[in-house]
Amino acid sequence: MATPELERILARHRRDPLQLLQILIEAQAHAGWLPPATLSAIAEALGVPRARVESTASFYSFLHTRPAGEFRILFSDNITDRMLGNQALMKALCDKLWLEPGKVSEDGLVSVDTTSCTGMCDQGPAVLANGRTITRVTPERIDEIAHLIRRRVPVGDWPPERFHVEDNIRRRDVLLDHGLAPGAALAAALDRGATSILGEIERSALRGCGGAGFGSDIKWRSCRDAWGDAHYVICNADEGEPGTFKDRVLLASYFDMVVDGMCIAGMAIGANKGFIYLRGEYRYLLDRLETRLAQRREQGLLGRNILGRGFSFDIEIHLGAGAYICGEESALIESLEGKPGKPRIRPPFPVTNGYRGQPTTVNNVETLALAALIAVHGGEWFRAIGTPASTGTKLLSVSGDVERPGIYEFPFGVTVAEVLEAAGARDTQAVTSAGAAGHCLAADDFGRRIAFEDVATGGSIMVFDHSRDMFEVARNFLHFFAHESCGFCTPCRVGTAVNARLIDKLAADRGSPYDLDEMAKMHRLMQGASHCGLGNTATIALHDMLAKFRPAFERRLHSPEYEPAFDLDAALTQARRMTGRDDAGAHLGDNREALAEERSRPHGGTAAATVAPSPVTPAPTKDLQP
Amino acid sequence: MNDSFLLDGEEIPFTPGQTVMQAAASAGKYIPHLCWHPDFAAHGSCKLCTVKIGGRFATACTVRASAGQEVENRTEELDAKRRTLLQLLFVEGNHFCPSCEKSGDCALQATAYEMGMLTPHFDHFYPDRPVDASHPDVLLEFNRCIMCELCVRASREVDGKDVFALAGRGTKSHLIVNSETGRLADTDFASTDRAAEVCPVGVILKKRVGFAVPIGARTYDLNPISAVGTKREPQAAPLANDAHEKEAG
Repeated sequence: MATPELERILARHRRDPLQLLQILIEAQAHAGWLPPATLSAIAEALGVPRARVESTASFYSFLHTRPAGEFRILFSDNITDRMLGNQALMKALCDKLWLEPGKVSEDGLVSVDTTSCTGMCDQGPAVLANGRTITRVTPERIDEIAHLIRRRVPVGDWPPERFHVEDNIRRRDVLLDHGLAPGAALAAALDRGATSILGEIERSALRGCGGAGFGSDIKWRSCRDAWGDAHYVICNADEGEPGTFKDRVLLASYFDMVVDGMCIAGMAIGANKGFIYLRGEYRYLLDRLETRLAQRREQGLLGRNILGRGFSFDIEIHLGAGAYICGEESALIESLEGKPGKPRIRPPFPVTNGYRGQPTTVNNVETLALAALIAVHGGEWFRAIGTPASTGTKLLSVSGDVERPGIYEFPFGVTVAEVLEAAGARDTQAVTSAGAAGHCLAADDFGRRIAFEDVATGGSIMVFDHSRDMFEVARNFLHFFAHESCGFCTPCRVGTAVNARLIDKLAADRGSPYDLDEMAKMHRLMQGASHCGLGNTATIALHDMLAKFRPAFERRLHSPEYEPAFDLDAALTQARRMTGRDDAGAHLGDNREALAEERSRPHGGTAAATVAPSPVTPAPTKDLQP
Repeated sequence: MNDSFLLDGEEIPFTPGQTVMQAAASAGKYIPHLCWHPDFAAHGSCKLCTVKIGGRFATACTVRASAGQEVENRTEELDAKRRTLLQLLFVEGNHFCPSCEKSGDCALQATAYEMGMLTPHFDHFYPDRPVDASHPDVLLEFNRCIMCELCVRASREVDGKDVFALAGRGTKSHLIVNSETGRLADTDFASTDRAAEVCPVGVILKKRVGFAVPIGARTYDLNPISAVGTKREPQAAPLANDAHEKEAG
């Protein structure tokens, strides 16, 4: 039986099974988790098998099928957050609250854990407190958070200035300096008409800004030409690539350009309905965006008969719930339909068989904003900017070891060195050019150009100076992919987990050259055999780092010979704990002598670490433990 | 009129709309696979059927056959990838063939033999996956699940019941059943369901007939999986009562 609150949620979503994910997100807001009876009630109300409801509820990181605490604190765990000290901050909060990461306190009050990049890399370290974003976390803020939690102050009553998020726009070009009134681009597009708009987009040579660079005119035309009962426009605002935050800024401060772009796409492909798939990490933007959509409806800029020109188009915002894979367009559509975000078999592609099996165009936030710009200025104007194969400008999210992290809009063709110079990077060792899923560049590459034909990027530029250990960068990325693999196909599901284990073995001083070869072997398997882009790109940065920063890995090798991951002495830890023994006689073989020496090391060796585990176990390995 | 393509240099006829896998199976040619089954829509998840077409990797179960295609199948390069995929599956779950009652009828084991897999190679994950023995006629041994979703598809498409689903994400993916308790006994599953027959490994096991056919006389004990081909579904094990009668007689 559904409670009155759940009844209201179900009614608001018309008891439509396609709304399942939205229903679960709202149902959870009440109790902080989804009890088994709630899942049963939802299944019954929607008329779908319970197993299907549980399947969706258990897929997303931000949905909990077990109690997760009245206060749920998640530390963004991108490498940039780590470089800003998030691990020490998390340990400090755990110590203050007498907690282990990933576990709920015994009184059910609070849990503290890590989460994948929350898109605040220019103002990290960042935290999500019951889904609300807090940036620039400091030890003082940690004291305050612990205090607020202990006093059970609801997150909604925490000091509002803690939830301030900055835009940090550092360089503006044609898009960020557009100077257009809301709806002006849409009006220009309506003047031109659908055929002419498609022509202008073709002339502009606009390519998808998510990173893959597919021709927007081809996508729109194939979608328009596809037969269907209805056509759909989807704005992909599931900006999950570690190190990217440009879409957040576009949504926060350029939302009318994005909405204009969606309406224009709708007009071009013959759609009357659009969706914005907003990543759960950007939940704080939702109310603001909904309010603006409502205002636009009142102003005749959205909904029925837009600007009195007979064109109707409306937009619904759907929330994600913590799943990087939903940035892949077919996984996004699955998620929009209330299912786990697992990529579909392609072909058929979304342009012919997308949302509800109908022709659907999925475009990046930035692509849609640029389409609005093109509707005003025309394709020729746009094409004159950038390079012949990469026209227009690109928004770059720059973070890491730079003086001025933030958003930089540059024409395509800018060199990596120019971007570094603009951002105030010094002593740069490496740059990841497309987040965790792209190439890693060393100094020799800094003369290369940001463009699809050279350094292709979705816009995530993370900078590492010579003080950084590239091994730790690789380790952070491998754990990210192991956490975010959807689990559908064998090579990615198990391959990402094997790689995470291998690099942990190296980190634990048990590595040999053999393990590096094994990681290279996983790279060769996952490239080509994986089902989607996640698996195909998950080892690209690793592969580059192994080649360009080999010493960072070789430093970690314990022996030139094969070393097993299995540690016989460590396996006796439990027995030692049970018998309360820790003398030399309770240890095996070489470790007897090694024990004393290892304990004297600053971080302890494997044996010492297992005998006396620190109260806070390292979080990244948690998902890989069976 | 039939068109044809080349599979390892051998001409394979196909009818329009067929996938490479379907055409090869119709012609009696073996392309290694685990999640594919002729009676169900392609799933494309195990990736064992990865072939090379025009120098590019593709899954034979999802790619349409087209005239003049040159498909590489049993090359050393591809079989090596398949061996690695099999090893990944072996270490991800708890697959201990010598003590498994599906030994000899298991497609994972048989495919590993076919590919010449000699060791699991990687470190075992040793996941903790408790068994579900609640149902009177069927045992669920989740330790051996390879996430092929054949039972999910069979229950949904043939039995019309939706008894099974995959839950979780990544290596936390796991098979669940359609009940609030999580117990098979509390679903409408029956041992006569198609879903009870379709598991390629040893997850869905009928009780009391595990050794009705002795090890050594089972499907893949007699012939390699490449020769058994798509007729590999183990002979429907006799129902529990029949087995008792047989034993009694």
